[in-house]
Amino acid sequence: MINRMEATETIKMITQENLDVRTITLGISLLDCIDSDLDRLNEKIYEKITATAKNLVSVGKDIEKEYGIPIVNKRISVTPIALIGGSACKKPEDYVTIARTLDRAAKEVGVNFIGGFSALVSKGMTRSDENLIRAIPEALASTERVCSSVNVGSTKCGIDMDAVRLMGEIIVKTAVLTKELDSLGCAKLVVFCNAPDDNPFMAGAFHGVTESDAIINVGVSGPGVVKTALEQVRGQGFEVLCETIKKTAFKVTRVGQLVAQEASKRLDVPFGIIDLSLAPTPAIGDSVADILCEIGLEHAGAPGTTAALALLNDQVKKGGVMASSYVGGLSGAFIPVSEDQGMINAVEAGALSLEKLEAMTCVCSVGLDMIAVPGDTKPSTISGIIADEMAIGMVNQKTTAVRLIPVIGKGVGETVEFGGLLGHAPVMPVNQFSCEAFVNRKGRIPAPIHSFKN
Amino acid sequence: MKKTIITVVGQDTVGIIARVCTYLAENNINILDISQTIVNGYFNMMMVTDASRSVKPAAELADEMDELGRKMGLSIRCMHEDIFNTMHRI
Repeated sequence: MINRMEATETIKMITQENLDVRTITLGISLLDCIDSDLDRLNEKIYEKITATAKNLVSVGKDIEKEYGIPIVNKRISVTPIALIGGSACKKPEDYVTIARTLDRAAKEVGVNFIGGFSALVSKGMTRSDENLIRAIPEALASTERVCSSVNVGSTKCGIDMDAVRLMGEIIVKTAVLTKELDSLGCAKLVVFCNAPDDNPFMAGAFHGVTESDAIINVGVSGPGVVKTALEQVRGQGFEVLCETIKKTAFKVTRVGQLVAQEASKRLDVPFGIIDLSLAPTPAIGDSVADILCEIGLEHAGAPGTTAALALLNDQVKKGGVMASSYVGGLSGAFIPVSEDQGMINAVEAGALSLEKLEAMTCVCSVGLDMIAVPGDTKPSTISGIIADEMAIGMVNQKTTAVRLIPVIGKGVGETVEFGGLLGHAPVMPVNQFSCEAFVNRKGRIPAPIHSFKN
Repeated sequence: MKKTIITVVGQDTVGIIARVCTYLAENNINILDISQTIVNGYFNMMMVTDASRSVKPAAELADEMDELGRKMGLSIRCMHEDIFNTMHRI
């Protein structure tokens, strides 16, 4: 029987340390919606999503109440649209109509984001892929809840540099089209290497083609819980530190597992995976950077940051894997800048640079995330940054991602305000030296030698 | 039988247990166990209850208990036992 101390600990985690289930994401396959007629395709997509997800939000709310655990977001991911629209969409504008359909469906069922306006082009782009990618700026500017991602590389295939070059332009175009909102469109656009098929977190969620018809994936969170636990072991050795993180990660993940099973049962949709991520929010005390400080750094970005983050990421996984039978998605510590008050503080204090963030992405999920850069940054420079990050993912056989926001009309030192979970961010300086000749080379970077495992 | 754990935390006053128990009785919720303590005038109680025969759904009970707590200046939470079991028991 549960005792009062344990009950109090759980309630304290929820009420004071921001323990929550970050998202229940319902993955829906749209493969059976494929049609050569654009209107009929849009209609089928709308029908399929609204029928499959009609109870998602209400079931989420019921679970939240009954178990007393906040479930912050209910979301939907769909099959990458480039695979669905190929026969109906002859030009980018056709793809924009699908984005609007997704937006309408998301509003109808009451989810705050729908992911999957995506293309998987790690080895090359089909005409359909390219049309979708070219549709992204308009799609994100004319919708509210649609999220987009493009996978441009993998350990198995290498990096499609033509897609990397194109994405530099697309990111800048998206920024321009949404400049009234501080280029917010770019916050809904992720470039991936080794993108997972079952990631429940936005903006990079999509329902991979290897998945079944519908599936429930759950993302847990709780940086505040880890930080509070570490406050109790200040000054103690690494063994105690690691043990504390592991135990806490276990408890957090178990909550996610419970919610996932319950949601799966009530929606009659199979349970996919738990994504064991420490996902920060701008709320005070919900910060991954604060954990790094608690481990012993003055600010995130100080020497030792990469090691501390590697330790944290590894212990979170070790604690979490035993708590759930199926772990997947991105699983690790997220280090977005604008969504983490501790990261913002570190940038403002001058402790954290883009280069240090890049080093940090070698040892954690996911990548250069929610970083505001000057609005006049050249597309080729953005492509160069993407290529660097993709190379880290490709060589280290891990997922990496880039979500950069060139804020049109703003420069280094200014601040952008995205609001809500997306937070605010100081515009960070970017290396000014050119990589144009490198980025302008055609073709792809071959797969690394260690991809030949057969 | 799935149990519901009710926790009550806040400044101690006369009649906390009485009012919480009255509410539970009115809603046909059976109390299986009570553990309670007061530290520095701070009231802390945990009740294990059986709400399987309650006429109201769990979400509504949680809302009403929350409201009752608010009126009395207390924090009352009504949660399914599984959240504690999964977190603290392997």
